[in-house]
Amino acid sequence: MSPFFIITGIVTLLGAVFAMSLRNLVHCALAMAVAFSGIAALYLQLDAQFVGFAEILVYVGAIAILIVFAILLTRSGEAPEKSVLTSGWLAGIAVSAVVFTMLGWAVLNSSAIPKETPPAPVATVKNVGDALMTKFVLPLEIIAAMIGAVIIALKEESKNENSGRKS
Amino acid sequence: MFDKLDQIFVTALHWLVGFLPDAWRPLASSLICIAFILSVFPAVFSVTTIFERKGIGRIQNRYGPNRVGIPFTKIRLAGFGQFIPDGVKMLTKEDIVPRAADKIVHFLAPVVMLIPVLLTYAVLPFGKNMTVTDYDAGLLFFFAVGGAVELSVFMAGWSSRNKYSLLGAMRAIAQMVSYEIPLILSAVTVVMVVGSLNLNDIIAHQNQYTFGIAHWHVFTPWGLVGFILFFIASLAESNRTPFDLPEAESEIIAGYFTEYSGFKFALFFLGEYLGMFAIIGLGITLFLGGWTSPVSFLTWIPSYVWFFTKLMAIVFVFIWIRATLPRLRMDQLMNFAWKFMLPLALINILVAGIWHYMAADWQRWLVCSAIIFGAYVVFGRGLMHNQKLGKRIYRYAE
Repeated sequence: MSPFFIITGIVTLLGAVFAMSLRNLVHCALAMAVAFSGIAALYLQLDAQFVGFAEILVYVGAIAILIVFAILLTRSGEAPEKSVLTSGWLAGIAVSAVVFTMLGWAVLNSSAIPKETPPAPVATVKNVGDALMTKFVLPLEIIAAMIGAVIIALKEESKNENSGRKS
Repeated sequence: MFDKLDQIFVTALHWLVGFLPDAWRPLASSLICIAFILSVFPAVFSVTTIFERKGIGRIQNRYGPNRVGIPFTKIRLAGFGQFIPDGVKMLTKEDIVPRAADKIVHFLAPVVMLIPVLLTYAVLPFGKNMTVTDYDAGLLFFFAVGGAVELSVFMAGWSSRNKYSLLGAMRAIAQMVSYEIPLILSAVTVVMVVGSLNLNDIIAHQNQYTFGIAHWHVFTPWGLVGFILFFIASLAESNRTPFDLPEAESEIIAGYFTEYSGFKFALFFLGEYLGMFAIIGLGITLFLGGWTSPVSFLTWIPSYVWFFTKLMAIVFVFIWIRATLPRLRMDQLMNFAWKFMLPLALINILVAGIWHYMAADWQRWLVCSAIIFGAYVVFGRGLMHNQKLGKRIYRYAE
Protein backbone atom coordinates (compact mmCIF):
# COMPACT_ATOMS: atom_id res chain seq x y z
CA MET A 1 0.00 0.00 0.00
CA SER A 2 1.39 3.36 -1.03
CA PRO A 3 1.20 6.34 1.35
CA PHE A 4 -1.10 8.13 -1.16
CA PHE A 5 -3.57 5.26 -0.96
CA ILE A 6 -3.54 5.37 2.86
CA ILE A 7 -4.07 9.13 2.94
CA THR A 8 -6.93 9.14 0.44
CA GLY A 9 -8.47 6.11 2.13
CA ILE A 10 -8.43 7.81 5.54
CA VAL A 11 -9.88 11.03 4.08
CA THR A 12 -12.66 9.09 2.34
CA LEU A 13 -13.54 7.08 5.43
CA LEU A 14 -13.50 10.16 7.69
CA GLY A 15 -15.73 12.00 5.23
CA ALA A 16 -18.17 9.09 5.20
CA VAL A 17 -18.19 8.81 9.01
CA PHE A 18 -18.79 12.55 9.44
CA ALA A 19 -21.51 12.45 6.77
CA MET A 20 -23.40 10.03 9.00
CA SER A 21 -22.66 11.40 12.43
CA LEU A 22 -22.65 15.20 12.25
CA ARG A 23 -25.70 17.00 13.59
CA ASN A 24 -26.19 19.73 11.03
CA LEU A 25 -27.49 18.33 7.75
CA VAL A 26 -25.56 20.83 5.61
CA HIS A 27 -22.35 19.76 7.35
CA CYS A 28 -23.25 16.15 6.53
CA ALA A 29 -23.70 17.03 2.86
CA LEU A 30 -20.32 18.81 2.79
CA ALA A 31 -18.65 15.84 4.49
CA MET A 32 -20.17 13.60 1.86
CA ALA A 33 -18.65 15.80 -0.85
CA VAL A 34 -15.26 15.18 0.82
CA ALA A 35 -15.92 11.43 0.71
CA PHE A 36 -16.85 11.66 -2.99
CA SER A 37 -13.62 13.51 -3.79
CA GLY A 38 -11.68 10.85 -1.89
CA ILE A 39 -13.33 8.11 -3.94
CA ALA A 40 -12.46 10.03 -7.12
CA ALA A 41 -8.82 10.20 -5.98
CA LEU A 42 -8.87 6.43 -5.38
CA TYR A 43 -10.20 5.85 -8.92
CA LEU A 44 -7.43 8.04 -10.31
CA GLN A 45 -4.83 5.97 -8.47
CA LEU A 46 -6.23 2.92 -10.27
CA ASP A 47 -5.65 4.72 -13.62
CA ALA A 48 -9.39 4.94 -14.23
CA GLN A 49 -9.35 8.53 -15.43
CA PHE A 50 -12.84 8.66 -16.89
CA VAL A 51 -14.54 7.22 -13.82
CA GLY A 52 -12.51 9.47 -11.53
CA PHE A 53 -13.34 12.67 -13.40
CA ALA A 54 -16.97 11.65 -13.86
CA GLU A 55 -17.18 11.02 -10.11
CA ILE A 56 -16.06 14.60 -9.40
CA LEU A 57 -18.19 16.10 -12.20
CA VAL A 58 -21.38 14.27 -11.26
CA TYR A 59 -21.15 13.71 -7.50
CA VAL A 60 -19.19 16.70 -6.20
CA GLY A 61 -20.35 19.14 -8.87
CA ALA A 62 -24.00 18.14 -9.19
CA ILE A 63 -25.29 15.67 -6.59
CA ALA A 64 -23.78 17.50 -3.60
CA ILE A 65 -25.30 20.79 -4.82
CA LEU A 66 -28.64 19.04 -5.36
CA ILE A 67 -28.63 17.60 -1.83
CA VAL A 68 -27.67 20.93 -0.31
CA PHE A 69 -30.46 22.68 -2.19
CA ALA A 70 -32.95 20.01 -1.17
CA ILE A 71 -31.98 20.53 2.49
CA LEU A 72 -32.30 24.30 2.22
CA LEU A 73 -35.64 24.20 0.42
CA THR A 74 -37.34 21.62 2.63
CA ARG A 75 -36.42 22.65 6.17
CA SER A 76 -34.76 25.38 8.14
CA GLY A 77 -31.03 24.87 8.46
CA GLU A 78 -31.17 24.57 12.27
CA ALA A 79 -29.44 21.62 13.89
CA PRO A 80 -31.67 19.09 15.69
CA GLU A 81 -31.79 19.29 19.47
CA LYS A 82 -31.32 15.65 20.35
CA SER A 83 -28.15 13.72 19.67
CA VAL A 84 -27.80 11.73 16.48
CA LEU A 85 -26.22 8.83 18.36
CA THR A 86 -28.98 6.77 19.99
CA SER A 87 -29.19 3.34 21.61
CA GLY A 88 -30.54 1.90 18.38
CA TRP A 89 -27.10 2.45 16.89
CA LEU A 90 -25.47 -0.38 18.84
CA ALA A 91 -27.90 -2.93 17.45
CA GLY A 92 -27.45 -1.45 13.99
CA ILE A 93 -23.66 -1.68 14.21
CA ALA A 94 -23.87 -5.29 15.40
CA VAL A 95 -26.22 -6.31 12.58
CA SER A 96 -24.15 -4.58 9.90
CA ALA A 97 -20.92 -6.14 11.25
CA VAL A 98 -22.47 -9.61 11.06
CA VAL A 99 -23.75 -8.98 7.52
CA PHE A 100 -20.37 -7.61 6.46
CA THR A 101 -18.44 -10.61 7.78
CA MET A 102 -20.91 -13.02 6.18
CA LEU A 103 -20.71 -11.29 2.80
CA GLY A 104 -16.94 -10.96 2.99
CA TRP A 105 -16.55 -14.65 3.84
CA ALA A 106 -18.92 -15.62 1.00
CA VAL A 107 -17.12 -13.44 -1.53
CA LEU A 108 -13.65 -14.62 -0.54
CA ASN A 109 -14.64 -18.31 -0.72
CA SER A 110 -16.69 -17.96 -3.89
CA SER A 111 -15.64 -20.02 -6.90
CA ALA A 112 -16.94 -17.28 -9.25
CA ILE A 113 -13.86 -15.15 -8.58
CA PRO A 114 -10.68 -16.25 -10.36
CA LYS A 115 -7.83 -16.83 -7.91
CA GLU A 116 -5.08 -15.15 -9.94
CA THR A 117 -5.66 -11.50 -10.89
CA PRO A 118 -6.17 -10.96 -14.64
CA PRO A 119 -4.02 -8.32 -16.43
CA ALA A 120 -5.33 -4.81 -15.89
CA PRO A 121 -7.55 -3.71 -18.78
CA VAL A 122 -6.68 -0.51 -20.64
CA ALA A 123 -9.57 1.84 -19.86
CA THR A 124 -8.72 5.08 -21.60
CA VAL A 125 -11.45 7.62 -22.18
CA LYS A 126 -11.36 6.71 -25.88
CA ASN A 127 -12.11 3.05 -25.07
CA VAL A 128 -14.97 4.02 -22.79
CA GLY A 129 -16.40 6.25 -25.52
CA ASP A 130 -16.05 3.52 -28.16
CA ALA A 131 -17.81 1.02 -25.92
CA LEU A 132 -20.64 3.48 -25.20
CA MET A 133 -21.18 4.12 -28.91
CA THR A 134 -20.98 0.49 -30.10
CA LYS A 135 -21.57 -2.23 -27.49
CA PHE A 136 -23.69 -0.22 -25.04
CA VAL A 137 -25.43 2.13 -27.46
CA LEU A 138 -28.88 0.73 -26.62
CA PRO A 139 -28.75 1.51 -22.85
CA LEU A 140 -27.44 4.99 -23.71
CA GLU A 141 -30.37 5.59 -26.08
CA ILE A 142 -32.80 4.29 -23.47
CA ILE A 143 -31.51 6.84 -20.94
CA ALA A 144 -32.03 9.63 -23.47
CA ALA A 145 -35.52 8.27 -24.22
CA MET A 146 -36.35 8.22 -20.51
CA ILE A 147 -35.34 11.87 -20.13
CA GLY A 148 -37.51 12.68 -23.17
CA ALA A 149 -40.43 10.79 -21.65
CA VAL A 150 -40.11 12.75 -18.40
CA ILE A 151 -40.11 16.03 -20.32
CA ILE A 152 -43.22 15.04 -22.32
CA ALA A 153 -44.98 14.01 -19.12
CA LEU A 154 -44.05 17.28 -17.39
CA LYS A 155 -45.14 19.60 -20.17
CA GLU A 156 -48.80 20.05 -19.31
CA GLU A 157 -48.19 20.86 -15.68
CA SER A 158 -45.65 23.57 -16.42
CA LYS A 159 -47.98 25.12 -19.03
CA ASN A 160 -50.77 25.42 -16.49
CA GLU A 161 -48.41 27.00 -14.01
CA ASN A 162 -47.28 29.60 -16.56
CA SER A 163 -50.79 30.53 -17.60
CA GLY A 164 -51.78 30.80 -13.98
CA ARG A 165 -48.97 33.20 -13.28
CA LYS A 166 -49.76 35.44 -16.22
CA SER A 167 -53.48 35.91 -15.55
CA MET B 1 18.39 30.25 -31.39
CA PHE B 2 14.66 30.99 -31.28
CA ASP B 3 13.98 27.33 -30.53
CA LYS B 4 16.21 27.60 -27.48
CA LEU B 5 14.42 30.76 -26.36
CA ASP B 6 11.09 28.99 -26.83
CA GLN B 7 12.16 26.04 -24.69
CA ILE B 8 14.12 28.08 -22.11
CA PHE B 9 11.77 27.26 -19.20
CA VAL B 10 11.66 23.54 -20.06
CA THR B 11 15.46 23.43 -20.30
CA ALA B 12 15.81 25.32 -17.02
CA LEU B 13 13.48 22.85 -15.31
CA HIS B 14 15.47 19.85 -16.59
CA TRP B 15 18.74 21.52 -15.58
CA LEU B 16 17.47 22.25 -12.04
CA VAL B 17 16.04 18.78 -11.55
CA GLY B 18 19.24 17.24 -12.92
CA PHE B 19 21.09 18.12 -9.69
CA LEU B 20 18.93 15.74 -7.67
CA PRO B 21 19.10 11.94 -7.37
CA ASP B 22 16.72 10.01 -9.65
CA ALA B 23 14.23 9.14 -6.92
CA TRP B 24 13.59 12.80 -6.06
CA ARG B 25 13.19 14.06 -9.63
CA PRO B 26 9.39 13.60 -10.20
CA LEU B 27 8.58 15.23 -6.86
CA ALA B 28 11.00 18.12 -7.41
CA SER B 29 9.79 18.75 -10.94
CA SER B 30 6.13 18.87 -9.85
CA LEU B 31 7.03 21.18 -6.94
CA ILE B 32 8.78 23.57 -9.34
CA CYS B 33 5.75 23.50 -11.66
CA ILE B 34 3.44 24.27 -8.73
CA ALA B 35 5.71 27.16 -7.72
CA PHE B 36 5.57 28.43 -11.31
CA ILE B 37 1.76 28.45 -11.36
CA LEU B 38 1.53 29.92 -7.85
CA SER B 39 3.89 32.77 -8.71
CA VAL B 40 3.03 33.63 -12.32
CA PHE B 41 -0.76 33.73 -12.24
CA PRO B 42 -1.18 35.79 -9.04
CA ALA B 43 1.34 38.21 -10.61
CA VAL B 44 -0.80 38.38 -13.75
CA PHE B 45 -3.77 38.93 -11.43
CA SER B 46 -2.16 41.86 -9.65
CA VAL B 47 -1.25 43.54 -12.94
CA THR B 48 -4.75 42.88 -14.29
CA THR B 49 -6.38 44.68 -11.35
CA ILE B 50 -4.42 47.82 -12.32
CA PHE B 51 -5.31 47.39 -15.98
CA GLU B 52 -8.92 46.97 -15.00
CA ARG B 53 -9.04 50.05 -12.78
CA LYS B 54 -7.17 52.22 -15.26
CA GLY B 55 -9.08 50.86 -18.25
CA ILE B 56 -12.49 51.39 -16.68
CA GLY B 57 -11.35 54.81 -15.55
CA ARG B 58 -10.34 55.70 -19.09
CA ILE B 59 -13.67 54.46 -20.51
CA GLN B 60 -15.58 56.40 -17.83
CA ASN B 61 -13.58 59.55 -18.59
CA ARG B 62 -11.54 59.72 -15.37
CA TYR B 63 -7.94 58.94 -14.49
CA GLY B 64 -7.98 55.80 -12.39
CA PRO B 65 -5.01 55.04 -10.09
CA ASN B 66 -2.00 57.10 -11.22
CA ARG B 67 -0.04 57.94 -8.04
CA VAL B 68 1.67 54.86 -6.60
CA GLY B 69 4.90 53.74 -8.17
CA ILE B 70 7.86 52.05 -6.51
CA PRO B 71 7.60 52.56 -2.70
CA PHE B 72 10.11 54.95 -1.02
CA THR B 73 11.18 56.46 -4.37
CA LYS B 74 9.76 59.17 -6.55
CA ILE B 75 9.18 56.87 -9.52
CA ARG B 76 5.47 56.75 -10.27
CA LEU B 77 5.18 54.17 -13.08
CA ALA B 78 1.83 55.76 -14.07
CA GLY B 79 0.15 54.11 -11.07
CA PHE B 80 1.22 50.56 -11.84
CA GLY B 81 2.54 50.10 -8.29
CA GLN B 82 -0.99 50.34 -6.92
CA PHE B 83 -1.32 46.58 -6.38
CA ILE B 84 1.39 46.60 -3.66
CA PRO B 85 -0.51 48.90 -1.24
CA ASP B 86 -3.72 47.12 -2.23
CA GLY B 87 -2.22 43.78 -1.22
CA VAL B 88 -0.75 45.16 2.01
CA LYS B 89 -4.13 46.69 2.86
CA MET B 90 -5.88 43.35 2.32
CA LEU B 91 -3.35 41.51 4.49
CA THR B 92 -3.46 43.96 7.38
CA LYS B 93 -7.21 44.45 7.59
CA GLU B 94 -9.09 42.98 10.52
CA ASP B 95 -10.62 39.59 9.83
CA ILE B 96 -14.25 39.89 10.91
CA VAL B 97 -16.36 36.76 11.34
CA PRO B 98 -20.08 37.27 12.09
CA ARG B 99 -21.11 35.93 15.51
CA ALA B 100 -23.88 33.77 14.08
CA ALA B 101 -21.65 32.41 11.32
CA ASP B 102 -20.72 28.77 11.03
CA LYS B 103 -17.05 29.29 11.95
CA ILE B 104 -15.47 26.24 10.31
CA VAL B 105 -17.37 26.40 7.01
CA HIS B 106 -16.90 30.17 6.91
CA PHE B 107 -13.15 29.66 7.27
CA LEU B 108 -12.94 26.84 4.73
CA ALA B 109 -14.98 28.42 1.93
CA PRO B 110 -12.26 30.68 0.44
CA VAL B 111 -9.75 27.81 0.62
CA VAL B 112 -12.15 25.41 -1.10
CA MET B 113 -12.70 28.09 -3.74
CA LEU B 114 -9.01 28.49 -4.53
CA ILE B 115 -8.00 24.79 -4.63
CA PRO B 116 -10.08 23.66 -7.65
CA VAL B 117 -9.25 26.87 -9.49
CA LEU B 118 -5.52 26.25 -9.04
CA LEU B 119 -5.95 22.57 -9.98
CA THR B 120 -7.39 23.53 -13.37
CA TYR B 121 -4.04 25.08 -14.30
CA ALA B 122 -2.48 21.62 -14.12
CA VAL B 123 -3.75 20.67 -17.58
CA LEU B 124 -3.45 24.01 -19.42
CA PRO B 125 -0.64 24.15 -22.01
CA PHE B 126 1.13 27.50 -21.42
CA GLY B 127 3.59 26.90 -24.24
CA LYS B 128 5.29 24.24 -26.31
CA ASN B 129 6.02 21.25 -23.99
CA MET B 130 4.81 23.37 -21.07
CA THR B 131 1.90 21.35 -19.67
CA VAL B 132 2.22 20.37 -16.02
CA THR B 133 0.28 17.08 -16.25
CA ASP B 134 -0.48 15.77 -19.71
CA TYR B 135 -3.72 13.93 -18.93
CA ASP B 136 -5.34 11.81 -21.61
CA ALA B 137 -8.67 13.44 -20.65
CA GLY B 138 -7.40 16.92 -19.81
CA LEU B 139 -10.56 18.70 -20.95
CA LEU B 140 -12.72 16.46 -18.77
CA PHE B 141 -10.40 17.13 -15.81
CA PHE B 142 -10.77 20.88 -16.33
CA PHE B 143 -14.58 20.78 -16.33
CA ALA B 144 -14.79 18.25 -13.49
CA VAL B 145 -12.55 20.24 -11.16
CA GLY B 146 -14.05 23.56 -12.21
CA GLY B 147 -17.48 22.29 -11.20
CA ALA B 148 -16.36 22.03 -7.58
CA VAL B 149 -16.23 25.84 -7.31
CA GLU B 150 -20.01 25.92 -6.94
CA LEU B 151 -19.77 24.07 -3.66
CA SER B 152 -17.42 26.71 -2.21
CA VAL B 153 -19.80 29.46 -3.30
CA PHE B 154 -22.58 27.72 -1.45
CA MET B 155 -20.37 27.22 1.61
CA ALA B 156 -19.55 30.94 1.71
CA GLY B 157 -23.14 32.04 1.24
CA TRP B 158 -24.68 29.61 3.69
CA SER B 159 -22.13 29.85 6.49
CA SER B 160 -22.30 33.66 6.69
CA ARG B 161 -25.88 33.53 8.06
CA ASN B 162 -26.72 36.59 6.05
CA LYS B 163 -29.70 36.96 3.71
CA TYR B 164 -27.64 38.81 1.11
CA SER B 165 -24.93 36.16 1.17
CA LEU B 166 -27.42 33.33 0.73
CA LEU B 167 -29.24 35.16 -2.08
CA GLY B 168 -25.94 35.80 -3.80
CA ALA B 169 -24.91 32.16 -3.45
CA MET B 170 -28.25 30.96 -4.84
CA ARG B 171 -27.94 33.31 -7.79
CA ALA B 172 -24.34 32.29 -8.40
CA ILE B 173 -25.09 28.57 -8.33
CA ALA B 174 -28.15 28.91 -10.59
CA GLN B 175 -26.09 30.93 -13.04
CA MET B 176 -23.06 28.63 -12.97
CA VAL B 177 -25.16 25.47 -13.42
CA SER B 178 -27.07 27.03 -16.33
CA TYR B 179 -24.06 28.38 -18.18
CA GLU B 180 -21.93 25.30 -17.64
CA ILE B 181 -24.11 23.45 -20.17
CA PRO B 182 -23.48 25.75 -23.18
CA LEU B 183 -19.85 26.00 -22.03
CA ILE B 184 -19.32 22.24 -22.19
CA LEU B 185 -21.46 21.75 -25.32
CA SER B 186 -19.49 24.38 -27.21
CA ALA B 187 -16.26 22.61 -26.22
CA VAL B 188 -17.71 19.26 -27.38
CA THR B 189 -17.54 20.40 -31.02
CA VAL B 190 -13.76 20.71 -30.76
CA VAL B 191 -13.51 17.23 -29.20
CA MET B 192 -15.63 15.82 -32.04
CA VAL B 193 -13.50 17.31 -34.79
CA VAL B 194 -10.11 16.63 -33.17
CA GLY B 195 -11.09 13.22 -31.79
CA SER B 196 -9.25 13.68 -28.50
CA LEU B 197 -9.81 15.12 -25.04
CA ASN B 198 -6.12 15.85 -24.64
CA LEU B 199 -5.44 19.60 -24.81
CA ASN B 200 -2.04 19.11 -26.48
CA ASP B 201 -3.65 17.04 -29.25
CA ILE B 202 -6.20 19.80 -29.74
CA ILE B 203 -3.39 22.34 -30.16
CA ALA B 204 -1.45 20.03 -32.50
CA HIS B 205 -4.56 19.83 -34.68
CA GLN B 206 -4.59 23.63 -34.99
CA ASN B 207 -0.84 23.97 -35.49
CA GLN B 208 -0.87 23.63 -39.31
CA TYR B 209 -0.73 26.36 -41.92
CA THR B 210 -2.31 26.80 -45.37
CA PHE B 211 -1.27 29.92 -47.32
CA GLY B 212 0.50 31.06 -44.16
CA ILE B 213 -2.66 31.16 -42.04
CA ALA B 214 -3.12 28.80 -39.09
CA HIS B 215 -5.91 26.19 -38.88
CA TRP B 216 -7.38 27.72 -35.75
CA HIS B 217 -10.85 26.40 -34.99
CA VAL B 218 -12.20 29.92 -34.73
CA PHE B 219 -11.63 30.30 -38.49
CA THR B 220 -14.37 27.74 -39.26
CA PRO B 221 -18.16 28.34 -39.04
CA TRP B 222 -18.69 25.92 -36.14
CA GLY B 223 -15.54 27.18 -34.42
CA LEU B 224 -16.63 30.81 -34.63
CA VAL B 225 -20.04 30.03 -33.13
CA GLY B 226 -18.44 27.72 -30.57
CA PHE B 227 -15.95 30.41 -29.58
CA ILE B 228 -18.64 33.08 -29.19
CA LEU B 229 -20.81 30.72 -27.10
CA PHE B 230 -17.78 29.72 -25.03
CA PHE B 231 -16.83 33.36 -24.56
CA ILE B 232 -20.31 34.37 -23.34
CA ALA B 233 -20.55 31.33 -21.07
CA SER B 234 -17.10 32.00 -19.64
CA LEU B 235 -18.16 35.57 -18.86
CA ALA B 236 -21.06 34.09 -16.90
CA GLU B 237 -18.94 31.40 -15.23
CA SER B 238 -16.49 33.99 -13.93
CA ASN B 239 -19.36 36.25 -12.71
CA ARG B 240 -18.35 39.20 -14.87
CA THR B 241 -20.61 41.96 -16.16
CA PRO B 242 -23.19 41.63 -17.78
CA PHE B 243 -23.62 38.44 -15.74
CA ASP B 244 -22.53 39.78 -12.34
CA LEU B 245 -25.88 39.27 -10.61
CA PRO B 246 -24.33 37.11 -7.86
CA GLU B 247 -22.43 40.12 -6.57
CA ALA B 248 -24.68 42.93 -7.77
CA GLU B 249 -23.52 45.81 -5.55
CA SER B 250 -26.73 47.81 -5.85
CA GLU B 251 -28.96 44.93 -4.79
CA ILE B 252 -27.18 42.45 -2.53
CA ILE B 253 -24.01 44.30 -1.41
CA ALA B 254 -21.38 41.79 -2.55
CA GLY B 255 -23.29 38.54 -2.87
CA TYR B 256 -21.81 35.46 -1.31
CA PHE B 257 -18.73 37.21 0.07
CA THR B 258 -20.57 40.04 1.81
CA GLU B 259 -19.41 38.82 5.23
CA TYR B 260 -15.76 38.33 4.30
CA SER B 261 -13.04 40.82 5.03
CA GLY B 262 -9.29 41.08 5.00
CA PHE B 263 -7.33 38.18 3.60
CA LYS B 264 -10.32 35.89 3.12
CA PHE B 265 -11.90 38.50 0.87
CA ALA B 266 -8.60 38.74 -0.99
CA LEU B 267 -8.68 34.96 -1.50
CA PHE B 268 -12.15 35.16 -3.04
CA PHE B 269 -11.00 38.01 -5.25
CA LEU B 270 -7.92 36.04 -6.28
CA GLY B 271 -9.95 32.87 -6.85
CA GLU B 272 -12.39 34.70 -9.08
CA TYR B 273 -9.67 36.22 -11.25
CA LEU B 274 -7.65 33.00 -11.43
CA GLY B 275 -10.81 31.16 -12.46
CA MET B 276 -11.32 33.76 -15.17
CA PHE B 277 -7.73 33.34 -16.44
CA ALA B 278 -8.07 29.55 -16.43
CA ILE B 279 -11.28 29.55 -18.42
CA ILE B 280 -9.87 32.09 -20.88
CA GLY B 281 -6.79 29.88 -21.20
CA LEU B 282 -9.04 26.93 -22.01
CA GLY B 283 -10.93 29.00 -24.60
CA ILE B 284 -7.63 30.01 -26.20
CA THR B 285 -6.52 26.38 -26.26
CA LEU B 286 -9.75 25.13 -27.78
CA PHE B 287 -10.48 27.78 -30.38
CA LEU B 288 -7.61 30.26 -30.71
CA GLY B 289 -4.80 27.79 -31.31
CA GLY B 290 -3.32 27.79 -27.79
CA TRP B 291 0.31 28.81 -27.97
CA THR B 292 0.52 28.71 -31.77
CA SER B 293 0.99 31.76 -33.95
CA PRO B 294 -1.81 32.94 -36.28
CA VAL B 295 0.47 33.37 -39.30
CA SER B 296 3.38 31.15 -40.30
CA PHE B 297 6.00 33.94 -40.57
CA LEU B 298 5.59 34.76 -36.85
CA THR B 299 6.25 31.24 -35.56
CA TRP B 300 9.67 32.34 -34.25
CA ILE B 301 8.04 34.27 -31.39
CA PRO B 302 8.20 32.03 -28.27
CA SER B 303 5.05 30.00 -27.64
CA TYR B 304 4.48 31.27 -24.07
CA VAL B 305 4.57 34.87 -25.38
CA TRP B 306 1.70 34.00 -27.73
CA PHE B 307 -0.27 32.35 -24.92
CA PHE B 308 0.02 35.26 -22.53
CA THR B 309 -0.57 37.83 -25.30
CA LYS B 310 -3.84 36.12 -26.22
CA LEU B 311 -4.74 35.82 -22.54
CA MET B 312 -4.23 39.52 -21.88
CA ALA B 313 -6.06 40.46 -25.10
CA ILE B 314 -9.17 38.55 -24.02
CA VAL B 315 -8.88 39.88 -20.46
CA PHE B 316 -8.91 43.35 -22.04
CA VAL B 317 -12.13 42.49 -23.91
CA PHE B 318 -13.62 41.32 -20.58
CA ILE B 319 -12.71 44.67 -18.98
CA TRP B 320 -14.11 46.54 -21.97
CA ILE B 321 -17.40 44.63 -21.69
CA ARG B 322 -17.52 45.30 -17.95
CA ALA B 323 -17.20 49.04 -18.50
CA THR B 324 -19.72 49.10 -21.35
CA LEU B 325 -22.67 46.79 -20.73
CA PRO B 326 -25.38 47.03 -18.03
CA ARG B 327 -26.31 44.10 -15.79
CA LEU B 328 -28.91 41.58 -16.97
CA ARG B 329 -32.03 40.73 -15.02
CA MET B 330 -32.34 37.23 -13.53
CA ASP B 331 -35.09 36.04 -15.92
CA GLN B 332 -33.24 37.49 -18.93
CA LEU B 333 -30.13 35.64 -17.79
CA MET B 334 -31.95 32.31 -17.56
CA ASN B 335 -33.90 32.82 -20.81
CA PHE B 336 -30.69 33.62 -22.64
CA ALA B 337 -28.94 30.49 -21.38
CA TRP B 338 -31.74 27.98 -21.87
CA LYS B 339 -33.66 29.36 -24.85
CA PHE B 340 -30.88 30.79 -26.98
CA MET B 341 -27.43 29.45 -26.09
CA LEU B 342 -28.39 25.84 -25.41
CA PRO B 343 -30.28 25.27 -28.72
CA LEU B 344 -27.59 27.10 -30.66
CA ALA B 345 -24.90 24.95 -29.02
CA LEU B 346 -26.81 21.78 -29.94
CA ILE B 347 -27.20 22.96 -33.57
CA ASN B 348 -23.50 23.75 -33.53
CA ILE B 349 -22.71 20.15 -32.56
CA LEU B 350 -24.75 19.01 -35.59
CA VAL B 351 -22.87 21.47 -37.79
CA ALA B 352 -19.51 20.20 -36.52
CA GLY B 353 -20.61 16.67 -37.49
CA ILE B 354 -21.59 17.83 -40.99
CA TRP B 355 -18.30 19.71 -41.29
CA HIS B 356 -16.39 16.58 -40.37
CA TYR B 357 -18.08 14.35 -42.96
CA MET B 358 -18.39 16.71 -45.96
CA ALA B 359 -15.57 17.02 -48.49
CA ALA B 360 -13.18 19.88 -47.78
CA ASP B 361 -14.26 22.46 -50.35
CA TRP B 362 -16.44 25.60 -50.54
CA GLN B 363 -19.72 23.63 -50.31
CA ARG B 364 -19.24 22.71 -46.68
CA TRP B 365 -18.54 26.33 -45.82
CA LEU B 366 -21.83 27.28 -47.50
CA VAL B 367 -23.92 24.52 -45.89
CA CYS B 368 -22.49 24.99 -42.38
CA SER B 369 -22.75 28.78 -42.46
CA ALA B 370 -26.31 28.60 -43.79
CA ILE B 371 -27.45 26.24 -41.00
CA ILE B 372 -25.84 28.38 -38.30
CA PHE B 373 -27.18 31.63 -39.71
CA GLY B 374 -30.68 30.16 -40.05
CA ALA B 375 -30.63 28.85 -36.49
CA TYR B 376 -29.34 32.18 -35.19
CA VAL B 377 -32.14 34.10 -36.91
CA VAL B 378 -34.86 31.65 -35.81
CA PHE B 379 -33.75 31.49 -32.16
CA GLY B 380 -33.13 35.23 -32.01
CA ARG B 381 -36.57 36.03 -33.41
CA GLY B 382 -38.16 33.43 -31.13
CA LEU B 383 -36.55 34.94 -28.05
CA MET B 384 -37.47 38.51 -28.97
CA HIS B 385 -41.05 37.51 -29.79
CA ASN B 386 -43.57 38.79 -27.20
CA GLN B 387 -40.85 40.86 -25.53
CA LYS B 388 -42.64 44.16 -26.26
CA LEU B 389 -39.49 46.24 -26.26
CA GLY B 390 -40.12 49.95 -26.43
CA LYS B 391 -40.07 53.11 -24.41
CA ARG B 392 -39.99 52.44 -20.70
CA ILE B 393 -43.16 53.44 -18.88
CA TYR B 394 -42.74 54.57 -15.28
CA ARG B 395 -45.79 53.61 -13.28
CA TYR B 396 -45.05 55.32 -9.99
CA ALA B 397 -42.33 57.85 -10.69
CA GLU B 398 -44.12 60.29 -12.98
